[in-house]
Amino acid sequence: MHPAPSVIVFTVLSGLGFGFLALLGIFGAQGMAAFFLWGIGYGLAVAGLVASTFHLGNPQRALLAFTQWRTSWLSREAWAAVITLLLFAPQALSDWLGLGWGRGFGIAGAGMAGVTVFCTSMIYAQIRAVPRWHHWTVPCVFLAYALSGAMVMGAMRPFAAWALVLLGVALALHWHFGARAFARAGATMESATGLGRIGAVSVFEQPHTGGNYLLREMIFVVGRKHAERVRMIAMVCSVMLPALALMFLPGVAAVIVAVTLHLLGALAQRWLFFAEAEHVVGLYYGAR
Amino acid sequence: MTALPERTEKKLGLVIDLDTCVGCHACVTACKGWNDQGYGVPLSDQNPYGADPSGTFLNRVHSYSVQPVDAAAQIINFPRSCLHCEDAPCVTVCPTGASYKRAEDGIVLVNEDACIGCGLCAWACPYGARELDQDAGVMKKCTLCVDRIYNEALPEEDREPACVRTCPTGARHFGDFADPQSKVSRLTAEREGFALMPEMGTKPVNRYLPPRKKDRPEEASLLAPLLDIKATGLAGWLDRVLGKI
Repeated sequence: MHPAPSVIVFTVLSGLGFGFLALLGIFGAQGMAAFFLWGIGYGLAVAGLVASTFHLGNPQRALLAFTQWRTSWLSREAWAAVITLLLFAPQALSDWLGLGWGRGFGIAGAGMAGVTVFCTSMIYAQIRAVPRWHHWTVPCVFLAYALSGAMVMGAMRPFAAWALVLLGVALALHWHFGARAFARAGATMESATGLGRIGAVSVFEQPHTGGNYLLREMIFVVGRKHAERVRMIAMVCSVMLPALALMFLPGVAAVIVAVTLHLLGALAQRWLFFAEAEHVVGLYYGAR
Repeated sequence: MTALPERTEKKLGLVIDLDTCVGCHACVTACKGWNDQGYGVPLSDQNPYGADPSGTFLNRVHSYSVQPVDAAAQIINFPRSCLHCEDAPCVTVCPTGASYKRAEDGIVLVNEDACIGCGLCAWACPYGARELDQDAGVMKKCTLCVDRIYNEALPEEDREPACVRTCPTGARHFGDFADPQSKVSRLTAEREGFALMPEMGTKPVNRYLPPRKKDRPEEASLLAPLLDIKATGLAGWLDRVLGKI
């Protein structure tokens, strides 16, 4: 699949933003620090959501995306995101101005933040035509990124390390099952064309000499060439180095280094998530 | 609504005969021609006369070489377009309700006025039936020529999809699969019509008819008596000597 920058930025930033908001919702902050921390959380989440509209062909109609929550995960994600952001608002206000409204809104918002990230992951995990995505490890990876990213940002030292370990395990499982997903789905050139009953199928001639939307959008081969290396970068940057930075560097420097590296790793992982995912339509072109 | 109808009254669709398709691309041209001026925005082209032309098509004809175990390879032309699936994943993923399946005849359509061009339906389709128009930013797909098949302004013989109407070899058939007596249902039954990628669980409506069995060439070549050449003279001597070494 074509790794569109807007979608990579959307899933990474909104995941991190909602994770951090959830953390603030549960543990809170006080005074001006609360203002800035809640601001960062809201900024990340909203920036991600705004980025998601950049790849739309007709973004002026984006509000229609709230109508089909009964069937569409994308629509559910839109609702979950808005509800979450609204739930957190009174909590942020209470933290900032010291209104003492308890943590009810924050805890409810944290739950909804989890639901939002889950909905985001289901936009991809629901797609059967991309076998690598159609797997329970996809929500696991998205949720683990939100959780560990939030803990790293919050510099919650013992928990952050455990969350990063969890992320590492989720990534390893996702890659393990991902490598076998296409074969397990059972789609082949023979089943795609139905000509397997005669013999082995190969492409004699492509339908057009030029490129097309399908080839550009679904059949992206460049990513797989460097998949191993990008996987390495993702694992080292988003899991190992942030854990080391939090353990060995002092104070705020540790957080800045850890968050930057973690974000870099997350972007690499998300780029690969799209770039190495193979759509079954590639079979019609003898490519994957 | 992007919920799929429980059942549809009719199941309109195509039968494509891979035995008679000669790969002339007339259906591709007719489709593009009609749908440039019919339902929804035209099918745009990008850089059509330049070095890297590209465009939106609702129907594309592939050509495959199929190699049986014990016979010569066959070339099979393979038109690919929307299969109007009963369990269409492109419909349920749509966040705006632009993508829908009609309860009355089962045609899968896009309401372009509600389409935000997110492309998720094209991702959800295993068959590559949907293409995002690069000029208009809305999703385009086969409509089964919904603006022809019910159009009383057209003579009756023209009330079928443009690809079917134009096919010079009669390799494309249009009809109602819900009616067991319809031409498409009978053709499917007689010729063992099959669905594409059933493992994707989409329950396609369209059916493809497999190529008929090819004649096998006679076991012994007609030229057999002439092929066993006996050399004479010097060549014959050489042949014998070299054969012994």
